[in-house]
Amino acid sequence: MNALIDGTNGPWEMVIGLEVHAQVTSEAKLFSGAATAFGAPPNTQVSLVDAGFPGMLPVINARCVAQAVRTGLGLKATINHHSVFDRKNYFYADLPQGYQISQYLQPIVGKGSLILDMPDGSSREIGITRLHLEQDAGKSLHDQHPSLSFIDLNRSGIALMEIVSEPDMRTAEEAGLYLTKLRAILRYLGTCDGNMEEGSMRADVNVSVRRPGDAFGTRCEIKNVNSIRFVKQAIEYEARRQIAILEDGGTIHQETRLYDAGKGVTRSMRSKEDAHDYRYFPDPDLLPLVLEPAWVEALKADLPELPDEKKARLIADYGLKPYDAWVLVAEREQAAFFEAVARGRDARLAASWVMGDFFAMLNRLGKTVTDSPVSADALGGLLDLIADNTLSGRLAKEVFEAMIETGQPAAAIVEERGLRQVTDSGAIAGAIDAVLTRNADKVAEYRAGKDKLFGFFVGQVMKATAGKANPAAVNELLKARLG
Amino acid sequence: MSVDPETVKRIARLARIRVDQDELAGFAAELNGILGFIEQLASVPVDQVPAMTSGVDLALPWRADQVTDGGNPEIVLANAPGRMEGFYTVPKVVE
Repeated sequence: MNALIDGTNGPWEMVIGLEVHAQVTSEAKLFSGAATAFGAPPNTQVSLVDAGFPGMLPVINARCVAQAVRTGLGLKATINHHSVFDRKNYFYADLPQGYQISQYLQPIVGKGSLILDMPDGSSREIGITRLHLEQDAGKSLHDQHPSLSFIDLNRSGIALMEIVSEPDMRTAEEAGLYLTKLRAILRYLGTCDGNMEEGSMRADVNVSVRRPGDAFGTRCEIKNVNSIRFVKQAIEYEARRQIAILEDGGTIHQETRLYDAGKGVTRSMRSKEDAHDYRYFPDPDLLPLVLEPAWVEALKADLPELPDEKKARLIADYGLKPYDAWVLVAEREQAAFFEAVARGRDARLAASWVMGDFFAMLNRLGKTVTDSPVSADALGGLLDLIADNTLSGRLAKEVFEAMIETGQPAAAIVEERGLRQVTDSGAIAGAIDAVLTRNADKVAEYRAGKDKLFGFFVGQVMKATAGKANPAAVNELLKARLG
Repeated sequence: MSVDPETVKRIARLARIRVDQDELAGFAAELNGILGFIEQLASVPVDQVPAMTSGVDLALPWRADQVTDGGNPEIVLANAPGRMEGFYTVPKVVE
């Protein structure tokens, strides 16, 4: 992957860092007992704490703390046994308190790392700067009324993890891989559902450009991008915008921008001029968050197998190529499906079927492994018939198509349609004789040195046996007969 | 540390408090008086004293992850200056 962008007078390099807001999976909010479920009628999941009523006191949700620590452990990060909640002050209609409870100088999780799985099979490590806990704001609807905005506080106070990366990424592709990997880790841990469409994972993207080897340039922050595809598009646009300004002799001003997905451009958010002056101070309603080392150790002991470990195990146990292993591991359900198919069978055959015909079928039907018309057991049954020579690869594809259509197991389809491969050499020899007799002229040409005709004979024999002859046996017998 | 009238103006804007131009100098003087008073603390040696985050020695109380609140939009919206279809309404704020 070429990381550089050609300018009019030399190459430029992008420098990208991401801040991801991940909604913590929990029943209740970070500091109140109101529910977090998505899609409830407006203001039905709001406590007086979330609505910023006077005199209300926040009380922290133990599970939200555990989820942040588990995520930190999943990112191989330092867990800070002493962290502090601060108030981040700003005014907006969907922030009734006038401040967001967040963590500033002493976050719950410190430095960690995340491994990118590159398409060429190599790996690249991206630094994690920190992870902190904070409250989400409410939701504003601007399109319901000509002169009013509508405010729903159901989201107000839901726990978020803000996960900040180091400015270690150099291409939009790497930013996409980072988000894919982070989402996989969060989903494996069950600490965030990673659903970008519902807004439970959103990214702020920091982009700057520089000449290779130079110090970092001035960055712009693109706020609240809600899909991986848009993140990549926004980065490409923003880098080129900055390069155009710099090559014109201009300077980049640090600012907050928005990505307009419809137009494919980023534009300045002028209203955010003061936005970085949040006047943080420790929240006097909350004492420092102190974690018992034994409690952290217990959470660590209880972590599930994470993507990197699962990938390493698939490579070791099944002999998969690194990138193939990552493709399977990216979604936990896919890896589980593959393992169910591969267990006790030829792993390479299982990998080639799952990642080949099976994924192609899911793509074609717009389905996923969880609602696939062919189960792991059923696909395994098909592979068993290939393994015991009942089916050739070619016949297996035909049976697979029938399995998708009928939902029947492979063995039943083979019986019903008589698709069993012919390995009986007598039957194949008979077919060969008939073909050679019918094509005596071509046999003569072949014997005179026209080797290419061998393929023609194979094709004729396969046709004569309705594709059921074992191709290896056909090759062997034909060679003997013609030789 | 001291503040000038420009800083007072900026802080007032961030806090959404209207301060007229002719009041700025007066507020700056008052704030500088307060800051000067607090800065006396800097003369106390605290190198060996652990940071105190609360007046009492308590641990942060934790709560189980259970839904115990909400479900009552009437109470939540009771004091809203504007409401419609279960939402609060405010003058349109849009980028």
